[in-house]
Amino acid sequence: MITFRGVRKSFGDHQVLSGLDLDVADGEKVSIIGPSGSGKTTILRMLMTLEQPDAGRIDVDGEPLWSEDGVDARRMKLVRRRIGMVFQHFNLFPHMTVLRNVTEAPIHVLGQDREEAEAHARELLGMVGLHQHVDKKPGQLSGGQQQRVAIARALAMRPRVMLFDEVTSALDPELVGEVLGVIRDLAHTQAMTMLLVTHEMRFAEDISDRVLMFDSGSIVESGPPSVIFHEPDNERTRRFLSAVLDRR
Amino acid sequence: MIWDWNFALSILPDLLRGLWVTVQVTLAGIVIALVVGLFVAILRHARIPVLCQLLWFYVEFVRGTPLLVQAYFAFYVLPLYGVSFSATVTGIIVIGLNYSAYTAEVYRAGIESVPRGQWEAATALSLPLRRRWQAVVLPQAVRAVVPALGNYLMQMFKDSAILSAITVLELLGHATAIGSSSYRYLEPYTLVGLLFLLVSYPAAKLIRRLELRLAQPR
Repeated sequence: MITFRGVRKSFGDHQVLSGLDLDVADGEKVSIIGPSGSGKTTILRMLMTLEQPDAGRIDVDGEPLWSEDGVDARRMKLVRRRIGMVFQHFNLFPHMTVLRNVTEAPIHVLGQDREEAEAHARELLGMVGLHQHVDKKPGQLSGGQQQRVAIARALAMRPRVMLFDEVTSALDPELVGEVLGVIRDLAHTQAMTMLLVTHEMRFAEDISDRVLMFDSGSIVESGPPSVIFHEPDNERTRRFLSAVLDRR
Repeated sequence: MIWDWNFALSILPDLLRGLWVTVQVTLAGIVIALVVGLFVAILRHARIPVLCQLLWFYVEFVRGTPLLVQAYFAFYVLPLYGVSFSATVTGIIVIGLNYSAYTAEVYRAGIESVPRGQWEAATALSLPLRRRWQAVVLPQAVRAVVPALGNYLMQMFKDSAILSAITVLELLGHATAIGSSSYRYLEPYTLVGLLFLLVSYPAAKLIRRLELRLAQPR
Protein backbone atom coordinates (compact mmCIF):
# COMPACT_ATOMS: atom_id res chain seq x y z
CA MET A 1 0.00 0.00 0.00
CA ILE A 2 1.39 3.36 -1.08
CA THR A 3 -0.05 6.61 0.20
CA PHE A 4 0.69 10.18 -0.74
CA ARG A 5 -0.75 12.79 1.59
CA GLY A 6 -0.70 16.48 0.75
CA VAL A 7 2.53 16.10 -1.23
CA ARG A 8 3.73 19.34 -2.77
CA LYS A 9 6.70 19.92 -5.02
CA SER A 10 7.99 22.89 -6.93
CA PHE A 11 10.99 23.35 -9.17
CA GLY A 12 11.81 27.03 -8.77
CA ASP A 13 8.63 28.95 -9.48
CA HIS A 14 7.04 26.04 -11.26
CA GLN A 15 4.72 24.05 -9.03
CA VAL A 16 4.59 20.46 -10.32
CA LEU A 17 2.54 18.92 -7.51
CA SER A 18 0.00 20.90 -5.55
CA GLY A 19 -1.05 18.79 -2.61
CA LEU A 20 -1.24 15.28 -4.04
CA ASP A 21 -3.36 12.67 -2.25
CA LEU A 22 -3.08 9.21 -3.72
CA ASP A 23 -3.57 5.64 -2.52
CA VAL A 24 -2.30 2.65 -4.44
CA ALA A 25 -3.37 -0.76 -3.17
CA ASP A 26 -1.11 -3.81 -3.03
CA GLY A 27 -0.88 -5.42 -6.43
CA GLU A 28 -2.72 -2.63 -8.16
CA LYS A 29 -1.58 -1.63 -11.67
CA VAL A 30 -1.95 2.10 -12.06
CA SER A 31 -1.21 4.12 -15.18
CA ILE A 32 -0.64 7.84 -15.00
CA ILE A 33 -1.43 9.78 -18.15
CA GLY A 34 -1.49 13.46 -18.97
CA PRO A 35 0.37 16.19 -20.79
CA SER A 36 4.14 16.53 -20.53
CA GLY A 37 5.44 18.60 -17.65
CA SER A 38 2.35 17.90 -15.57
CA GLY A 39 4.26 16.23 -12.73
CA LYS A 40 3.60 12.59 -13.59
CA THR A 41 7.23 11.59 -13.58
CA THR A 42 7.83 13.50 -10.36
CA ILE A 43 5.43 11.16 -8.56
CA LEU A 44 7.55 8.15 -9.51
CA ARG A 45 10.82 9.94 -8.80
CA MET A 46 9.67 10.87 -5.33
CA LEU A 47 8.72 7.27 -4.62
CA MET A 48 12.21 6.25 -5.71
CA THR A 49 13.65 9.01 -3.44
CA LEU A 50 15.25 10.71 -6.45
CA GLU A 51 13.33 13.89 -5.62
CA GLN A 52 12.29 15.19 -2.26
CA PRO A 53 8.83 16.65 -1.73
CA ASP A 54 8.53 20.16 -0.29
CA ALA A 55 5.68 19.18 2.01
CA GLY A 56 3.37 16.31 2.92
CA ARG A 57 4.22 12.67 3.45
CA ILE A 58 4.66 9.44 1.54
CA ASP A 59 4.22 6.02 3.17
CA VAL A 60 4.85 2.53 1.88
CA ASP A 61 3.10 -0.28 3.75
CA GLY A 62 2.43 2.14 6.59
CA GLU A 63 6.11 3.02 6.95
CA PRO A 64 7.31 6.50 6.13
CA LEU A 65 9.39 6.95 2.98
CA TRP A 66 9.33 10.70 3.27
CA SER A 67 7.70 13.11 5.69
CA GLU A 68 7.94 16.83 6.19
CA ASP A 69 8.69 15.98 9.84
CA GLY A 70 11.76 14.03 8.77
CA VAL A 71 12.34 10.27 8.56
CA ASP A 72 15.04 7.97 9.82
CA ALA A 73 17.43 7.54 6.89
CA ARG A 74 18.20 3.92 7.70
CA ARG A 75 14.55 2.91 7.80
CA MET A 76 13.84 4.89 4.68
CA LYS A 77 16.52 2.90 2.87
CA LEU A 78 14.93 -0.38 3.91
CA VAL A 79 11.56 0.83 2.67
CA ARG A 80 13.12 1.96 -0.59
CA ARG A 81 14.46 -1.53 -1.27
CA ARG A 82 10.91 -2.71 -1.86
CA ILE A 83 10.69 -0.39 -4.84
CA GLY A 84 12.27 -0.83 -8.26
CA MET A 85 12.36 1.57 -11.17
CA VAL A 86 12.81 1.45 -14.93
CA PHE A 87 13.89 4.72 -16.55
CA GLN A 88 13.14 6.37 -19.85
CA HIS A 89 16.81 6.27 -20.84
CA PHE A 90 17.52 2.78 -19.39
CA ASN A 91 20.47 3.99 -17.30
CA LEU A 92 22.25 0.67 -17.58
CA PHE A 93 25.85 0.60 -16.40
CA PRO A 94 27.70 0.76 -19.73
CA HIS A 95 30.99 -0.71 -18.49
CA MET A 96 29.40 -3.86 -17.05
CA THR A 97 28.13 -6.89 -18.90
CA VAL A 98 24.39 -7.46 -19.06
CA LEU A 99 24.73 -10.20 -16.45
CA ARG A 100 26.66 -7.98 -14.06
CA ASN A 101 24.17 -5.18 -14.49
CA VAL A 102 21.55 -7.56 -13.18
CA THR A 103 23.61 -9.19 -10.41
CA GLU A 104 25.33 -6.08 -9.02
CA ALA A 105 22.59 -5.07 -6.58
CA PRO A 106 21.49 -8.55 -5.47
CA ILE A 107 25.09 -9.34 -4.56
CA HIS A 108 26.05 -6.03 -2.96
CA VAL A 109 22.72 -4.97 -1.47
CA LEU A 110 20.90 -8.19 -0.69
CA GLY A 111 24.10 -10.10 0.05
CA GLN A 112 23.33 -12.98 -2.30
CA ASP A 113 26.29 -15.10 -3.31
CA ARG A 114 27.42 -14.82 -6.90
CA GLU A 115 26.08 -18.20 -7.97
CA GLU A 116 22.62 -17.58 -6.61
CA ALA A 117 22.49 -14.06 -8.09
CA GLU A 118 23.65 -15.24 -11.50
CA ALA A 119 21.16 -18.09 -11.61
CA HIS A 120 18.34 -15.68 -10.82
CA ALA A 121 19.69 -13.13 -13.32
CA ARG A 122 19.82 -15.71 -16.09
CA GLU A 123 16.29 -16.74 -15.32
CA LEU A 124 15.08 -13.12 -15.50
CA LEU A 125 17.08 -12.39 -18.65
CA GLY A 126 15.56 -15.51 -20.19
CA MET A 127 12.12 -14.29 -19.23
CA VAL A 128 12.69 -11.01 -21.10
CA GLY A 129 14.11 -12.93 -24.07
CA LEU A 130 17.78 -12.06 -23.68
CA HIS A 131 19.40 -15.29 -22.51
CA GLN A 132 21.84 -15.24 -25.45
CA HIS A 133 23.04 -11.70 -24.65
CA VAL A 134 24.14 -12.08 -21.03
CA ASP A 135 27.85 -11.53 -21.72
CA LYS A 136 27.44 -8.47 -23.95
CA LYS A 137 27.84 -4.87 -22.91
CA PRO A 138 24.74 -2.66 -23.05
CA GLY A 139 26.24 -0.66 -25.94
CA GLN A 140 26.08 -3.77 -28.12
CA LEU A 141 22.32 -4.07 -27.70
CA SER A 142 19.40 -2.27 -29.31
CA GLY A 143 17.39 0.19 -27.26
CA GLY A 144 14.58 -2.30 -26.83
CA GLN A 145 16.99 -4.96 -25.61
CA GLN A 146 18.63 -2.50 -23.23
CA GLN A 147 15.30 -1.56 -21.76
CA ARG A 148 14.47 -5.25 -21.23
CA VAL A 149 17.79 -5.65 -19.40
CA ALA A 150 16.82 -2.67 -17.25
CA ILE A 151 13.54 -4.39 -16.41
CA ALA A 152 15.38 -7.59 -15.46
CA ARG A 153 17.83 -5.56 -13.38
CA ALA A 154 15.01 -3.97 -11.40
CA LEU A 155 13.21 -7.30 -10.98
CA ALA A 156 16.38 -8.96 -9.63
CA MET A 157 15.85 -7.05 -6.38
CA ARG A 158 12.46 -8.75 -6.03
CA PRO A 159 10.66 -5.44 -5.54
CA ARG A 160 7.06 -5.33 -4.36
CA VAL A 161 6.51 -2.12 -6.27
CA MET A 162 7.74 -1.43 -9.81
CA LEU A 163 7.86 2.03 -11.31
CA PHE A 164 7.97 2.50 -15.09
CA ASP A 165 8.83 6.02 -16.17
CA GLU A 166 7.96 6.54 -19.85
CA VAL A 167 10.00 3.45 -20.60
CA THR A 168 9.27 3.43 -24.33
CA SER A 169 9.58 7.17 -25.03
CA ALA A 170 13.23 6.96 -26.03
CA LEU A 171 12.79 3.92 -28.26
CA ASP A 172 12.48 3.64 -32.01
CA PRO A 173 8.84 2.87 -32.83
CA GLU A 174 9.56 -0.67 -34.01
CA LEU A 175 11.17 -1.53 -30.66
CA VAL A 176 8.32 -0.34 -28.47
CA GLY A 177 6.30 -3.52 -28.83
CA GLU A 178 8.90 -5.89 -27.38
CA VAL A 179 9.26 -3.78 -24.24
CA LEU A 180 5.53 -3.31 -23.74
CA GLY A 181 5.11 -7.05 -24.25
CA VAL A 182 7.41 -7.79 -21.33
CA ILE A 183 5.62 -5.33 -19.07
CA ARG A 184 2.24 -6.65 -20.14
CA ASP A 185 3.31 -10.17 -19.15
CA LEU A 186 4.48 -8.89 -15.79
CA ALA A 187 1.23 -7.03 -15.22
CA HIS A 188 -0.82 -10.10 -16.01
CA THR A 189 1.23 -12.66 -14.09
CA GLN A 190 2.87 -10.88 -11.14
CA ALA A 191 1.30 -9.79 -7.90
CA MET A 192 3.55 -6.76 -7.56
CA THR A 193 2.23 -3.23 -7.49
CA MET A 194 2.95 -1.33 -10.69
CA LEU A 195 2.92 2.38 -11.37
CA LEU A 196 3.44 3.48 -14.94
CA VAL A 197 3.80 6.85 -16.55
CA THR A 198 3.08 6.27 -20.20
CA HIS A 199 1.93 7.79 -23.46
CA GLU A 200 0.90 4.39 -24.82
CA MET A 201 -2.85 4.66 -24.34
CA ARG A 202 -3.85 1.27 -25.70
CA PHE A 203 -1.25 -0.40 -23.53
CA ALA A 204 -2.42 1.53 -20.47
CA GLU A 205 -5.99 0.50 -21.18
CA ASP A 206 -4.96 -3.12 -21.49
CA ILE A 207 -2.93 -3.56 -18.32
CA SER A 208 -4.27 -1.02 -15.82
CA ASP A 209 -6.68 -1.54 -12.98
CA ARG A 210 -6.91 2.20 -12.72
CA VAL A 211 -5.88 5.20 -14.77
CA LEU A 212 -5.03 8.61 -13.36
CA MET A 213 -5.41 11.64 -15.56
CA PHE A 214 -2.92 14.20 -14.39
CA ASP A 215 -2.77 17.86 -15.32
CA SER A 216 -1.16 20.97 -13.86
CA GLY A 217 0.03 19.33 -10.67
CA SER A 218 -3.03 17.38 -9.64
CA ILE A 219 -5.21 14.41 -10.51
CA VAL A 220 -8.11 15.65 -12.59
CA GLU A 221 -9.76 12.28 -13.05
CA SER A 222 -9.25 8.74 -11.80
CA GLY A 223 -11.04 5.56 -12.70
CA PRO A 224 -10.94 2.19 -14.45
CA PRO A 225 -9.59 2.32 -17.99
CA SER A 226 -12.98 1.52 -19.48
CA VAL A 227 -14.32 4.77 -18.03
CA ILE A 228 -11.31 7.02 -18.55
CA PHE A 229 -10.71 6.01 -22.13
CA HIS A 230 -14.30 5.63 -23.29
CA GLU A 231 -16.52 7.88 -21.21
CA PRO A 232 -14.35 10.39 -19.34
CA ASP A 233 -16.20 12.90 -17.18
CA ASN A 234 -13.62 15.57 -17.20
CA GLU A 235 -13.29 18.02 -20.01
CA ARG A 236 -9.50 18.12 -19.79
CA THR A 237 -9.28 14.34 -19.97
CA ARG A 238 -11.47 14.38 -23.07
CA ARG A 239 -9.36 17.05 -24.73
CA PHE A 240 -6.09 15.30 -23.86
CA LEU A 241 -7.30 11.93 -25.13
CA SER A 242 -8.69 13.25 -28.35
CA ALA A 243 -5.40 15.06 -28.96
CA VAL A 244 -3.19 12.00 -28.39
CA LEU A 245 -5.53 9.51 -30.01
CA ASP A 246 -6.02 11.68 -33.10
CA ARG A 247 -2.33 11.49 -33.76
CA ARG A 248 -2.52 7.87 -34.70
CA MET B 1 83.74 22.89 -27.40
CA ILE B 2 83.85 19.63 -29.31
CA TRP B 3 81.88 16.53 -28.38
CA ASP B 4 84.12 14.07 -26.54
CA TRP B 5 82.89 10.50 -26.92
CA ASN B 6 85.19 9.09 -24.29
CA PHE B 7 84.05 11.62 -21.74
CA ALA B 8 80.42 11.00 -22.66
CA LEU B 9 80.84 7.26 -22.17
CA SER B 10 82.66 7.72 -18.90
CA ILE B 11 79.85 9.73 -17.33
CA LEU B 12 77.04 7.54 -18.69
CA PRO B 13 76.92 5.07 -15.75
CA ASP B 14 76.63 7.97 -13.35
CA LEU B 15 73.84 9.54 -15.39
CA LEU B 16 72.02 6.21 -15.65
CA ARG B 17 72.11 5.97 -11.88
CA GLY B 18 70.54 9.43 -11.84
CA LEU B 19 67.92 8.37 -14.35
CA TRP B 20 67.01 5.45 -12.13
CA VAL B 21 66.44 7.86 -9.23
CA THR B 22 64.33 10.07 -11.52
CA VAL B 23 62.19 7.10 -12.50
CA GLN B 24 61.79 5.99 -8.89
CA VAL B 25 60.87 9.47 -7.71
CA THR B 26 58.37 9.81 -10.54
CA LEU B 27 56.75 6.42 -9.90
CA ALA B 28 56.42 7.10 -6.18
CA GLY B 29 55.11 10.59 -6.95
CA ILE B 30 52.58 9.13 -9.39
CA VAL B 31 51.19 6.84 -6.71
CA ILE B 32 50.76 9.79 -4.34
CA ALA B 33 49.27 12.01 -7.06
CA LEU B 34 46.81 9.37 -8.25
CA VAL B 35 45.65 8.31 -4.78
CA VAL B 36 45.56 11.68 -3.02
CA GLY B 37 43.99 13.34 -6.07
CA LEU B 38 41.28 10.70 -6.15
CA PHE B 39 40.38 11.18 -2.50
CA VAL B 40 40.40 14.95 -2.85
CA ALA B 41 38.04 14.71 -5.83
CA ILE B 42 35.66 12.29 -4.08
CA LEU B 43 35.62 14.30 -0.85
CA ARG B 44 35.03 17.52 -2.74
CA HIS B 45 32.10 15.89 -4.52
CA ALA B 46 30.49 15.14 -1.16
CA ARG B 47 30.27 18.90 -0.49
CA ILE B 48 30.83 18.59 3.23
CA PRO B 49 30.97 22.14 4.64
CA VAL B 50 34.40 23.35 5.83
CA LEU B 51 36.15 20.25 4.43
CA CYS B 52 34.96 21.29 1.00
CA GLN B 53 36.42 24.80 1.41
CA LEU B 54 39.66 23.40 2.79
CA LEU B 55 40.08 21.11 -0.19
CA TRP B 56 39.22 23.92 -2.57
CA PHE B 57 41.94 25.99 -0.93
CA TYR B 58 44.40 23.09 -1.11
CA VAL B 59 43.86 22.69 -4.84
CA GLU B 60 44.02 26.41 -5.60
CA PHE B 61 47.02 26.97 -3.36
CA VAL B 62 49.05 24.14 -4.84
CA ARG B 63 48.17 25.05 -8.40
CA GLY B 64 48.80 28.71 -7.80
CA THR B 65 52.35 28.45 -6.47
CA PRO B 66 55.46 27.18 -8.30
CA LEU B 67 56.66 23.65 -7.67
CA LEU B 68 60.15 25.01 -7.08
CA VAL B 69 58.93 27.28 -4.29
CA GLN B 70 57.02 24.42 -2.70
CA ALA B 71 60.12 22.24 -2.86
CA TYR B 72 62.30 24.93 -1.26
CA PHE B 73 59.71 25.53 1.42
CA ALA B 74 59.40 21.85 2.27
CA PHE B 75 63.15 21.28 2.28
CA TYR B 76 64.47 24.44 3.94
CA VAL B 77 61.57 25.85 5.99
CA LEU B 78 59.61 22.89 7.31
CA PRO B 79 62.67 21.36 9.07
CA LEU B 80 62.76 24.52 11.21
CA TYR B 81 59.41 23.35 12.55
CA GLY B 82 60.58 19.80 13.08
CA VAL B 83 59.26 18.35 9.82
CA SER B 84 62.28 16.89 8.16
CA PHE B 85 62.89 14.08 5.68
CA SER B 86 65.73 13.20 3.33
CA ALA B 87 65.92 15.21 0.12
CA THR B 88 64.56 12.31 -1.94
CA VAL B 89 61.60 11.62 0.35
CA THR B 90 60.82 15.32 0.57
CA GLY B 91 61.03 15.55 -3.21
CA ILE B 92 58.66 12.62 -3.69
CA ILE B 93 56.10 14.05 -1.27
CA VAL B 94 56.30 17.54 -2.75
CA ILE B 95 55.95 16.49 -6.36
CA GLY B 96 53.28 13.89 -5.51
CA LEU B 97 51.15 16.38 -3.57
CA ASN B 98 51.76 19.07 -6.17
CA TYR B 99 50.41 16.86 -8.92
CA SER B 100 47.58 15.56 -6.74
CA ALA B 101 46.02 19.02 -7.05
CA TYR B 102 46.01 18.66 -10.81
CA THR B 103 44.85 15.05 -10.87
CA ALA B 104 42.07 15.98 -8.41
CA GLU B 105 40.74 18.43 -10.97
CA VAL B 106 41.06 15.85 -13.73
CA TYR B 107 39.18 13.25 -11.68
CA ARG B 108 36.57 15.87 -10.88
CA ALA B 109 35.96 16.47 -14.57
CA GLY B 110 35.67 12.71 -15.05
CA ILE B 111 33.22 12.35 -12.17
CA GLU B 112 31.10 15.18 -13.54
CA SER B 113 31.05 13.54 -16.95
CA VAL B 114 29.21 10.51 -15.56
CA PRO B 115 25.54 11.06 -16.46
CA ARG B 116 23.09 11.74 -13.67
CA GLY B 117 21.11 8.71 -14.75
CA GLN B 118 23.94 6.49 -13.54
CA TRP B 119 23.64 7.89 -10.02
CA GLU B 120 19.88 7.56 -10.20
CA ALA B 121 20.07 3.94 -11.30
CA ALA B 122 22.42 3.28 -8.38
CA THR B 123 19.92 4.89 -6.02
CA ALA B 124 17.03 2.93 -7.52
CA LEU B 125 19.01 -0.26 -6.85
CA SER B 126 19.83 0.92 -3.31
CA LEU B 127 23.56 0.45 -3.92
CA PRO B 128 25.51 1.60 -0.86
CA LEU B 129 27.62 4.74 -1.24
CA ARG B 130 30.91 2.90 -1.45
CA ARG B 131 29.65 0.57 -4.14
CA ARG B 132 28.28 3.51 -6.16
CA TRP B 133 31.72 5.01 -6.34
CA GLN B 134 33.63 1.79 -6.71
CA ALA B 135 31.47 -0.06 -9.20
CA VAL B 136 29.45 2.57 -11.01
CA VAL B 137 30.96 6.05 -11.02
CA LEU B 138 34.75 5.67 -10.82
CA PRO B 139 35.20 3.07 -13.54
CA GLN B 140 33.40 5.39 -15.95
CA ALA B 141 34.95 8.60 -14.62
CA VAL B 142 38.54 7.31 -14.73
CA ARG B 143 38.11 5.82 -18.18
CA ALA B 144 37.05 9.22 -19.45
CA VAL B 145 40.15 10.98 -18.11
CA VAL B 146 42.97 8.50 -18.79
CA PRO B 147 44.45 10.72 -21.53
CA ALA B 148 44.45 13.79 -19.29
CA LEU B 149 45.93 11.83 -16.38
CA GLY B 150 48.56 10.38 -18.70
CA ASN B 151 49.62 13.84 -19.82
CA TYR B 152 50.09 15.00 -16.25
CA LEU B 153 52.13 11.92 -15.38
CA MET B 154 54.44 12.59 -18.31
CA GLN B 155 54.79 16.18 -17.26
CA MET B 156 55.57 15.04 -13.75
CA PHE B 157 58.40 12.86 -15.00
CA LYS B 158 60.00 15.92 -16.61
CA ASP B 159 59.23 18.21 -13.67
CA SER B 160 61.09 15.87 -11.35
CA ALA B 161 64.26 17.58 -12.64
CA ILE B 162 63.24 20.59 -10.52
CA LEU B 163 63.96 18.47 -7.45
CA SER B 164 67.68 18.72 -8.19
CA ALA B 165 67.34 22.18 -6.67
CA ILE B 166 66.78 20.60 -3.27
CA THR B 167 69.79 18.29 -3.73
CA VAL B 168 67.90 15.21 -4.91
CA LEU B 169 70.51 13.35 -6.93
CA GLU B 170 68.33 12.53 -9.88
CA LEU B 171 69.37 12.76 -13.50
CA LEU B 172 69.82 16.52 -13.74
CA GLY B 173 71.50 16.68 -10.34
CA HIS B 174 74.13 14.20 -11.49
CA ALA B 175 74.74 16.14 -14.69
CA THR B 176 75.16 19.40 -12.83
CA ALA B 177 77.58 17.77 -10.40
CA ILE B 178 79.61 16.36 -13.30
CA GLY B 179 79.61 19.76 -14.99
CA SER B 180 80.84 21.66 -12.01
CA SER B 181 83.67 19.23 -11.32
CA SER B 182 84.85 18.76 -14.94
CA TYR B 183 83.82 22.11 -16.43
CA ARG B 184 82.32 20.19 -19.34
CA TYR B 185 78.61 20.82 -19.79
CA LEU B 186 77.99 19.81 -23.40
CA GLU B 187 78.03 16.05 -22.90
CA PRO B 188 76.22 15.81 -19.53
CA TYR B 189 73.31 18.09 -20.45
CA THR B 190 72.96 16.64 -23.94
CA LEU B 191 72.81 13.17 -22.47
CA VAL B 192 70.29 14.31 -19.86
CA GLY B 193 67.99 15.50 -22.63
CA LEU B 194 68.41 12.27 -24.57
CA LEU B 195 67.84 10.10 -21.51
CA PHE B 196 64.65 11.98 -20.62
CA LEU B 197 63.45 11.47 -24.18
CA LEU B 198 64.46 7.81 -24.07
CA VAL B 199 61.96 7.22 -21.25
CA SER B 200 59.24 9.74 -22.05
CA TYR B 201 58.76 8.76 -25.67
CA PRO B 202 58.00 5.07 -25.06
CA ALA B 203 55.94 6.06 -22.01
CA ALA B 204 53.83 8.38 -24.15
CA LYS B 205 53.34 5.56 -26.65
CA LEU B 206 52.29 3.24 -23.86
CA ILE B 207 49.76 5.73 -22.53
CA ARG B 208 48.37 6.22 -26.02
CA ARG B 209 47.86 2.48 -26.36
CA LEU B 210 46.15 2.28 -23.01
CA GLU B 211 43.91 5.12 -24.12
CA LEU B 212 42.93 3.33 -27.31
CA ARG B 213 42.22 0.13 -25.42
CA LEU B 214 39.98 1.88 -22.95
CA ALA B 215 38.20 3.75 -25.71
CA GLN B 216 37.21 0.50 -27.36
CA PRO B 217 33.74 -1.04 -27.11
CA ARG B 218 32.35 -0.36 -23.75
